[in-house]
Amino acid sequence: MTESARLYTRARVLGYQRSQRKQHPNATLLGLENVKCKEDTEFYMGKRVAYIYRAERPKNGSKIRVIWGRVTRPHGTSGVVRAKFRKNLPGTSFGSIVRVMMYPSRI
Amino acid sequence: MADTKNVRSCKLRASITPGTVLILLAGRFRGKRVVFLKQLESGLLLVTGPFCLNGVPLRRVDQAYVIATSTKLDLSGVEVNAKINDSWFKRSKDAKSAEQQFFGDSDGKQKKLLPAELIQTQKKLDRELVASITKTPLLLSYLKCSFSLKKGQSPHLMKF
Repeated sequence: MTESARLYTRARVLGYQRSQRKQHPNATLLGLENVKCKEDTEFYMGKRVAYIYRAERPKNGSKIRVIWGRVTRPHGTSGVVRAKFRKNLPGTSFGSIVRVMMYPSRI
Repeated sequence: MADTKNVRSCKLRASITPGTVLILLAGRFRGKRVVFLKQLESGLLLVTGPFCLNGVPLRRVDQAYVIATSTKLDLSGVEVNAKINDSWFKRSKDAKSAEQQFFGDSDGKQKKLLPAELIQTQKKLDRELVASITKTPLLLSYLKCSFSLKKGQSPHLMKF
């Protein structure tokens, strides 16, 4: 009934937090849509993130699966944020789009 | 172990006061605009669409799944039934035994009707709310339509 209501913003999976030679897969970097500076990320702190993907074999009658996570903190000054997922995102997710929900709400 | 008997209700956000129009963020009614009536003992918020406008019945929601808008409604002419509390929302258990339920009785296909008292409460509340809503122009149609993010919109730039 309310299928058309989009209540999430999109974010791009940029990769893991990393240094020149090391990666830290327990922190994923996300580039949020229309967010270009650190101040703008404040709204998104703590918000739930859903990485939705399709798999070969159905589980619970559905081929669509989801990995949930949360936005933890800003990363740098150009609007990128760190997120922590329940299971670390797979490398194949890099470049794909995740949903950043508007809850838990603080306004 | 934590004291599980005494449930302390969480503090209400300052932006939410009785009469505030809220936007539901998750669940079956996500995107709908509703009117906040009061906070229940469990800390959940008592809201309603009103039902006659957008189909949201008297319902409990957590404040984490709600956006408070700057729109406020005058609730002076609205009387929230004092009977409505957390136990009011508990469903009455079926008198049928588990065995009967499992094998499915002949009357299993009959549609369950809501108790008349519940319908009456909703109708009375809707009437009083609509009377208050119509005092402000456009508020009626505002509550009827649901909220959605459109292309190029971002919630951090919005003023709700």
